[in-house]
Amino acid sequence: MKINCKHVWQHISAYIDGDVDASLRADIDRHLETCEICSAVLDSTRNVVVLVADDRVFELPAGFSERLHSRLEKELSLGNQ
Amino acid sequence: MPAADPQLEAEMIRRILAGEKALFHDLIRPCERPIYFLLLSLLRSESEAEDAAQETAIKVYLNLHLFRGESQFRTWVLSVARNEGLGRLRKQATRREDSLDAEIDAQDGDYTPAVLTSWREVPSEALERKELGALLRKSIEGLPAIYRNVILLRDIEEMDVRETAAALAITEAAVKVRLHRARAMLQKELAPLLQGYAPRRKGWLRWGA
Repeated sequence: MKINCKHVWQHISAYIDGDVDASLRADIDRHLETCEICSAVLDSTRNVVVLVADDRVFELPAGFSERLHSRLEKELSLGNQ
Repeated sequence: MPAADPQLEAEMIRRILAGEKALFHDLIRPCERPIYFLLLSLLRSESEAEDAAQETAIKVYLNLHLFRGESQFRTWVLSVARNEGLGRLRKQATRREDSLDAEIDAQDGDYTPAVLTSWREVPSEALERKELGALLRKSIEGLPAIYRNVILLRDIEEMDVRETAAALAITEAAVKVRLHRARAMLQKELAPLLQGYAPRRKGWLRWGA
C-alpha cells in the first residue's frame, strides 16, 4: 500500500520501537527510500530518543545516593520493621 | 536500566523481612534513579523530589511485607513514588495548570514535525558540551506533565511499555500515544536548536554510521 508522509509521521514512534506490524513496516520502509523529508524526520526523532537516554542528560544530584542511604540507615536502625 | 532478576529480589525481600535489614540498601539501589526522576517530573523541584524520594524509600521499607510479587518490585516501588508525589501535589496550594490525570489522548491531532533535512543526527559526544544537556532537559521539563512522565520512564529510564503503564496507572495504549506525542514535540522543538550541534556534513551520510 502506498502511504503518505502524514501517515508515516503518525507511526514514527512505534516504528522506532519496532512496534509496527510487518506490512506497515514494509510500507514505511518503501516510503522512506524515496522521501528525504520523512527519512530526516525519522533520523532526527531517533536521535532525540538516543540523546535524552544518555545518562549525562539526567544525572542524580551530587550526593543524592549518600543522603538517601543515610536517611534509610536511621530508619533501619529504629528497630521494628 | 533493565529490571532486576525477580527471583533474586524475592530472595532479598525474604531475607530483609527475616531480619537482614541492611540488605534493603542493595534492594532499593537500582530503583533510585527512576524514583527520583519520576518525582522530579511530578514535583518539578529538585529539593522536593529528593525529599519525596527519601520518603518513598522509607515507605517501601516499612511496607515491604505488603509486596506480593504480582508485579515487578521496581513497578511497585514506582507506584509508591507516584502516590507520594501525587499526595504532595494535592497538598500544594498552587496546583500546576496541567492536570496530571487529564485524558486528552482521545483525539489523535495531526502532528507536523520539524522537517529540517540539514539535521539528522547529533553525536552523543556533543553531550560533553554542558549546554546541550541543559537544552534537552529544558525541552523535557517544558512538556505537559502527562507526556513528561511517560518520556522519563520510557526513554530516560528505559522501562518497557507494560511497566511504564503500571507505574503511572494508565493503559499501555495511553503510554504509546503519549510517548509518540512527547517524542514528536521534542523533535519539533529541538530540531532547530540542535542544528548547531550536528556535524557539518551534507547529504545522506550519517555521523559515525
